[in-house]
Amino acid sequence: MTFISRRDLLKRVGMTSIAVPFVRRDALQATAATSTEPPAAAAFESFTSEEGKLMDAIVARLIPTDDLGPGATEARAVVYIDRALGDALKSSRTMYTSGLAALDRYAQASRGAPFVALPPIDQDSVLIDVETGAATGFSGSSATFFAMVLNHTHQGTFGDPYYGGNANFIGWDLLQYPGVRTMVTAAEQQALEHKQLKPNHKSAYEYETWRRG
Amino acid sequence: MATRLKGTDVVIIGLGAAGGVAALPLAQAGLDVVGLEAGRLMMRKDFSPDEIRNNVRGWPHAVQKANQEIPTSRATAASPTLPRAAIHPMQNGVGGTSLHYWAQSWRLNPWDFAVVSATAKRYGAGRLPAGTTVEDWPFGYDELEPYYDKVEYEIGISGQAGNINGAIDPRGNIFEAPRRRAYPMPPLRSNVFIDTMTAAAKSMGWHPFPGPAAINSRPYQNRSACMYHGFCNRGGCHVDAKNSTAVTTIPKAEATGRFKVVARAQVTSIDVDGTGRVSSVTYLQEGTEYVQPAKVVLLASFTYENTRLLLLSKSKPFPSGLSNNHGQVGRHYFSHHQGAPVFALFPFDVGAWYGLPAQGVAVDDFADDNFDHSGLDFIGGANLWAMSDRRPIAAAGMSTFGRAPGWGSAWKAFVHENADRAHSAYIQKTTLPYEDNFLDLDPVVRDPLGFPVCRVTAEFKENERRIAAYSQEKMEEWYRAAGAVAVQRGPVGGAMGVSTHAYGGTRMGDTSERNVVDRWGFSHEAPNLGILGASVMGTSGARNPTLTVQALAWRTADHLISSRSRFDL
Repeated sequence: MTFISRRDLLKRVGMTSIAVPFVRRDALQATAATSTEPPAAAAFESFTSEEGKLMDAIVARLIPTDDLGPGATEARAVVYIDRALGDALKSSRTMYTSGLAALDRYAQASRGAPFVALPPIDQDSVLIDVETGAATGFSGSSATFFAMVLNHTHQGTFGDPYYGGNANFIGWDLLQYPGVRTMVTAAEQQALEHKQLKPNHKSAYEYETWRRG
Repeated sequence: MATRLKGTDVVIIGLGAAGGVAALPLAQAGLDVVGLEAGRLMMRKDFSPDEIRNNVRGWPHAVQKANQEIPTSRATAASPTLPRAAIHPMQNGVGGTSLHYWAQSWRLNPWDFAVVSATAKRYGAGRLPAGTTVEDWPFGYDELEPYYDKVEYEIGISGQAGNINGAIDPRGNIFEAPRRRAYPMPPLRSNVFIDTMTAAAKSMGWHPFPGPAAINSRPYQNRSACMYHGFCNRGGCHVDAKNSTAVTTIPKAEATGRFKVVARAQVTSIDVDGTGRVSSVTYLQEGTEYVQPAKVVLLASFTYENTRLLLLSKSKPFPSGLSNNHGQVGRHYFSHHQGAPVFALFPFDVGAWYGLPAQGVAVDDFADDNFDHSGLDFIGGANLWAMSDRRPIAAAGMSTFGRAPGWGSAWKAFVHENADRAHSAYIQKTTLPYEDNFLDLDPVVRDPLGFPVCRVTAEFKENERRIAAYSQEKMEEWYRAAGAVAVQRGPVGGAMGVSTHAYGGTRMGDTSERNVVDRWGFSHEAPNLGILGASVMGTSGARNPTLTVQALAWRTADHLISSRSRFDL
């Protein structure tokens, strides 16, 4: 299956271009078919249903589901962010409200459709504008909003599954991180160095060693 | 109405790396000591390997007074205020930041005690950078050596000696000053990457050695050896192999029956009598105000809070803050220049998912005055350090070295292949105090009690930036010799910001016109007030401050004991 990778796209259009190259429909459909369903709208604790869908679409481009395997969608990074916004990331809630609304307005104004309705290649070009600060209509620089979303997407993909993300240890497997352990012997260190240490797929809180909270 | 408690001999404010050490000799000498600590007691089970909780959110499970009083910062008095940090670099808790620090435990180089005179002697007068307020310490390395030794054995340090009573051992740091005996434990174990970096350094004629750590390389004093599980950076130890004061000196001091730990005690002022002697400490605990009278007060919070608490403790004898009648509180401030990083990408896995940042190989050939500065335009230098430290969220934020964008499928492929192939060096550099770098109270920002937070006004000057550029060059050479395929350098530094290695503000020195505390760590102005911590240090060296802070704390405690009659004890 051929697929226009982001690397190819960037080679073709340059990092900041808003050009809209051709993309094969079947490739996109194949990608969508391998994705697990996003969480149901009712599952959101902090995001509105619209915001949640928009976040699903954004993280699916930041850490995509592709030939290499599952991404932020399957890791449920948005579940992590949604939960954290009611808790440790409370102070970021207003930035999400205004930033997501601005991003969608910008997608509509510059690409002619809401973000979720755009083909991935257009979604990427919108996100490049947001990342570089070229997108208009944000309170402050759109780059600040992008950096925050990417940072939280990393937390939701690569953090301990206890917090709702990194489902099925997708993030840790992506990085080839063999997982949380109570001890690592010299022999295990050598196995790691030879790529022979098997991932153990455990949250810190599956060990009795540590207390939650 | 405040509750007035029964008086005690000594009250220590803050039970971290410094206060936690001082408690032991005092209690062993038979003095009654009360330790006030803003945080709570935490045990092994509290120290989970959880990057979100420890590194991203800054220990929300601890009582975080510190996170409510994060200093503001700006580069100069004319510069705009910088964005405030989300979490404080230090933390509260019985044991303080020694619970989650990296535990690198260095002695300073003798040059660090005598920067002014040694520089003049070797290079002539006029080589000191313009505007610096640096002074020689009131004593040299030799006077601190016995206390370094006491702390190394009491809390337990792993390392390889390089100079025992003048006998050089090339397995250790050949530039270190003479020590009376070997470390109590051998160094932490190596790994294939540390071996590679060691061999590369040797191939260039440098003198690599394993760094010293307050981590058990083997069982020590009935505590476990290190498990190398990989969450030591901002993480506590689940087997008590990290020798925080919470598992070493504090329980030992408590066992004497003379030392009482009061947790969740937030000190709001140090009080004085009409003659200018300190008389008590006022603190809040669970919403109730207490006054703890004491014959001696040892202020042992972190550099920012030491300065802030003095400035907030205004009284008739001290109208601009305790011990500040010479306007020196907050002056001679500097933080270690640990910016100007170098990043490297290797064509092989580094194996850094496990291990700890105190496990690694150091090079001191370009530190302090270990090399000839005759043809150079700076004084001082840097310690180069290759360590083992990686966690998943941090790894995902790695540089892509211009080889991939920062997100999307190409990024994903890049981090999949390279997450364990990157390495970074932060490089600790000599940093000096200057006239216009200082701490004071922020005119606007307040903590939840309504007290102003500390404000940092400080930037790295030309001398520090030149060391940075020089040491980045050396670090890049080292990485390339070890096989790096790509190397990037960070900027050489501007505003200091808020740091874990913050010095000065209550500097130690013989003259009260330029220093807050005397050579023993006691206030020039309020004679029964002692101050512990890096806030008394007048130079930084090119290495972590904690062991020096602990040696100084023990020395101050020893002075208190030997002159107890002068303190009415």
